[in-house]
Amino acid sequence: MNIDLSRRGFLRLAGAGVAATSLGAMGFGEAEAAEQAHVRAFKLATTTETRNTCPYCSVACGIIMYSKGDVKAGETAELLHIEGDADHPTNRGTLCPKGAALKDFVKAPTRLTKPRYRAAGASEFQDITWDEALDKIARAMKDDRDANFIQTNEAGVPVNRWTTTGFLAASATTNETAWLTYKTVRSMGIVGFDNQARV
Amino acid sequence: MTNSWTDIKNTDLVIVMGGNAAEAHPCGFKWVTEAKHHRGAKLIVVDPRYNRTASVSDYYAPIRPGSDIVFLMGMIRWMIENDKVQWDYVRNYTNASFLVKDEFGWSDGLFTGYDEEKRDYDKSSWDYKMGEDGFVQTDPTLQDPRCVWNLLKAHVDAYTPEMVERVCGTPKDKFLHIAEMIGECSSPTKTMTSMYALGWTQHSKGAQNIRGMAMLQLILGNIGVRGGGMNALRGHSNIQGLTDIGLMSNLIPGYLNIPTEKEADWATYMSTRGFKPIVPNQISYWQNYPKFMVSFMKAMWGDAATQENDWAYHYLPKLDVPAYDGMRMFELMNNGKVNLYFCQGFNPILSFPNRGKMTEAFSKLKMLVVMDPLTTETSHFWQNHGIHNDVDSAAIQTEVLELPTTCFAEDEGALVNSGRWLQWHWPGATPPGEAKHDTWIMAQIFLRVKKLYQDEGGVFPDPILNLTWDYRDPNDPKADELAREMNGRALATVYDAADPTKVVAEAGQQLSSFGHYRDDGSTMGGCWIYAGSWTEAGNMMARRDNTDPDDTGAFLNWAFAWPANRRILYNAASCDPQGKPWDPSRKIIEWTGEKWEGYDVPDMPITAKPGEVRPFIMNPEGASRLFTRGMMRDGPFPTHMEPFEAPIANVFNPKMRGNPVARVFESTADQFAEIGDPEFPFVATSYRLTEHFHYWTKHNPVNAALQPEFFVEISEELAAERGIARGGRVRVWSKRGEVWAKAVVTKRLRPMQIDGKTVHVIGIPLHWGFVGAAKKGFGPNSLTSQVGDANVETPEFKAFMVNIEPSAEEPVA
Repeated sequence: MNIDLSRRGFLRLAGAGVAATSLGAMGFGEAEAAEQAHVRAFKLATTTETRNTCPYCSVACGIIMYSKGDVKAGETAELLHIEGDADHPTNRGTLCPKGAALKDFVKAPTRLTKPRYRAAGASEFQDITWDEALDKIARAMKDDRDANFIQTNEAGVPVNRWTTTGFLAASATTNETAWLTYKTVRSMGIVGFDNQARV
Repeated sequence: MTNSWTDIKNTDLVIVMGGNAAEAHPCGFKWVTEAKHHRGAKLIVVDPRYNRTASVSDYYAPIRPGSDIVFLMGMIRWMIENDKVQWDYVRNYTNASFLVKDEFGWSDGLFTGYDEEKRDYDKSSWDYKMGEDGFVQTDPTLQDPRCVWNLLKAHVDAYTPEMVERVCGTPKDKFLHIAEMIGECSSPTKTMTSMYALGWTQHSKGAQNIRGMAMLQLILGNIGVRGGGMNALRGHSNIQGLTDIGLMSNLIPGYLNIPTEKEADWATYMSTRGFKPIVPNQISYWQNYPKFMVSFMKAMWGDAATQENDWAYHYLPKLDVPAYDGMRMFELMNNGKVNLYFCQGFNPILSFPNRGKMTEAFSKLKMLVVMDPLTTETSHFWQNHGIHNDVDSAAIQTEVLELPTTCFAEDEGALVNSGRWLQWHWPGATPPGEAKHDTWIMAQIFLRVKKLYQDEGGVFPDPILNLTWDYRDPNDPKADELAREMNGRALATVYDAADPTKVVAEAGQQLSSFGHYRDDGSTMGGCWIYAGSWTEAGNMMARRDNTDPDDTGAFLNWAFAWPANRRILYNAASCDPQGKPWDPSRKIIEWTGEKWEGYDVPDMPITAKPGEVRPFIMNPEGASRLFTRGMMRDGPFPTHMEPFEAPIANVFNPKMRGNPVARVFESTADQFAEIGDPEFPFVATSYRLTEHFHYWTKHNPVNAALQPEFFVEISEELAAERGIARGGRVRVWSKRGEVWAKAVVTKRLRPMQIDGKTVHVIGIPLHWGFVGAAKKGFGPNSLTSQVGDANVETPEFKAFMVNIEPSAEEPVA
């Protein structure tokens, strides 16, 4: 058997195989085609599988995500199911009560879907476009940096630090996000820089 | 972790102290179950609460929160007294034989050099006696009274089993039973693993708790071996990675340091980073520091970093304080000295101590930017939620931007697990609505600020204008490009250091090892410890070969582990000084007579001779340290320090408060309960539940249904004493704040006898807030104080004092 056979492919083959052999054994050779025509395929057989890891604790269990649609092919993909990856050396397919409910984290009712802005003194958020939000941030950063950047200390030593703006980084973003964040924050001279490992 | 999750199956004894792995890391804990079932391993749990790990343990003992050092030093004392020491390991692989300066000493709970005014030590006496040849003086016979071993013996002498019972509340017979179980692991063919987490870190002396166990493991010969090690069970899926990449005030990726302003130029900065070996023939691998540093500077600033301009040294900020860590920033914020703050996937309003003060601090910001997949309490800190967030929105002038980000399911890249495995993952869902990748958002912020500097000029724009940004689409850098950048590549032809005729990489090629990093500008690499993760052969982090020859648990072809794909750190210490495994049934590597080889990547230059080159190659000693010189702020040995709030005074020195060198802010110095304060008689400690992850899963209706409501856990005795009904509503308050909760009355917590007093412990789980799918509740941070570990400023969440009383039921609205 082709070892690269995906789980989805395997299910499809296995499903077909079971139908064919059991019906054949019972002598319903002619009925086979008719029967197969209305046997519903496994739901997962029509999905795209993606390997991922659980974003919660540092065990980093392997998971398989099943989606309708293929992100790689540029399609819109909707997550339908998540299960443990039986091939993963650490978790070997198992998940804890948190990991087992991961799909509902991805689809939590309180997931954010658009940028929001809260004005000074307001008691509610209002919508804002990405462009407006990002321009506002960049403007505020530039102004604060220009006003408060410390170039030298009293002894005249170049210290090039910016202490009036701070950045708290995450604990579940990728290394690659972390590196781009690092570059951005450091190049500006921000020293109030920390991440979740602190607590 | 020095080892990996899958390696735990190789152990004989697991001690879970300072953690609760069965509950907080369930699928990793399965390897404990595996070891118990297949090897007959035993599990010991030492914890204030009979937790879920304890419920499957072979032996459990209670301990008062914040007294772990007494227990651990007591263990070391018992091992020495009963000759449960792996002598060959201790003599050869630790600094036991090194002589220490005559001026060094300890009395009344303090080491030499304490300055009460400065709350700091002059650490000059905490060092070795050096010979004129520049090498440390030693006495391999361990007879000299000034050798580390004899100083350690004297240091732990006070920690008798009776002292442990008195201070920790651990009954003497239980302590002695555990000591005998642990003592068996001093055999070269038996090993113990230590699994710990926030139960040890979240103290004002967290780093010393961990050192205490590391020292015990060294004395037993359990570091570097299969089934052994110091295994920090990191909390979140990538805090290992975020720390590796140095997203902290004082770090540069790969555990290099941001300069201080005392290091006015490159030469001064490098002058203290020579890492010359202090024992003959040792590797002292940090001697390569300049190569890692120059390659980092080239990764950041490319052609703008040259030898002539000291690799753009002044593009880096210089620190005037040890670090602008979270708590310091919130202090500055509260003092009106911070205007703009970013929270990327982090919810500090519930994660940092002293919630009331946090809210005040955030209210003084001009602008807060929150980037998160979920809405958070932090992004809503200004919104009134009754008792759960009692603020006056109109009075808070902070502008807030809440930006929707993707989560793991929509994201590509690597996360680093606790065992240092970099595992790649792929996106399988379309981001909801207008949610964007963090990489896109960071690029947008950076490029827009850069454009403003290009258009308008401004203060010191050079490090911004010259930052390398050669991505295929500058607006949207992709994970593969960023990963390659961290791995590093040759900028000019790189030749083999040992054989200059041999090319190891042509210009433009990915480097395969940090051994190919250079300090002449011919290489770049963002994070040297990740070298080898994306080579010319491709993405090593995406490897999925789960074969494991001879079932050692190494899985060398699964993903990539830093450094150099090594699965067990210090693995050369698994062999005796002749290079043969201490335990042949647990071989990792061995010396063939010519080179090292085996199941793992040797933690040793491949041809370095055993017996001559010692296995702790990162240290200038070549040996591990039972005595840490001046490397930690609060002592070269762990000494007992009470939490800042405690039911009893320090038995060594009643005047000592908490950790004598921990940072205390003036503004909160009067916010500690007095020692033995009758208004705050109960010890409180925070913990986690298996049904929830931090403050995230309360957004998930499934997990919210499993554990819907904030509660506190108390003993039957305390419930009776305070007239609290099972399931009744209670108010819990500290000197800093108050919370209301359901009371869960259990047998899992029992009153303890501490120094002749009955002491009750209250458990306060951390999972509820005022947004999400669960019932509104509080976090422990409403009660905890703004003080942290003296070395790393991790807040003291695990030991503080509170009071409790029954409260009227919440009105049913």
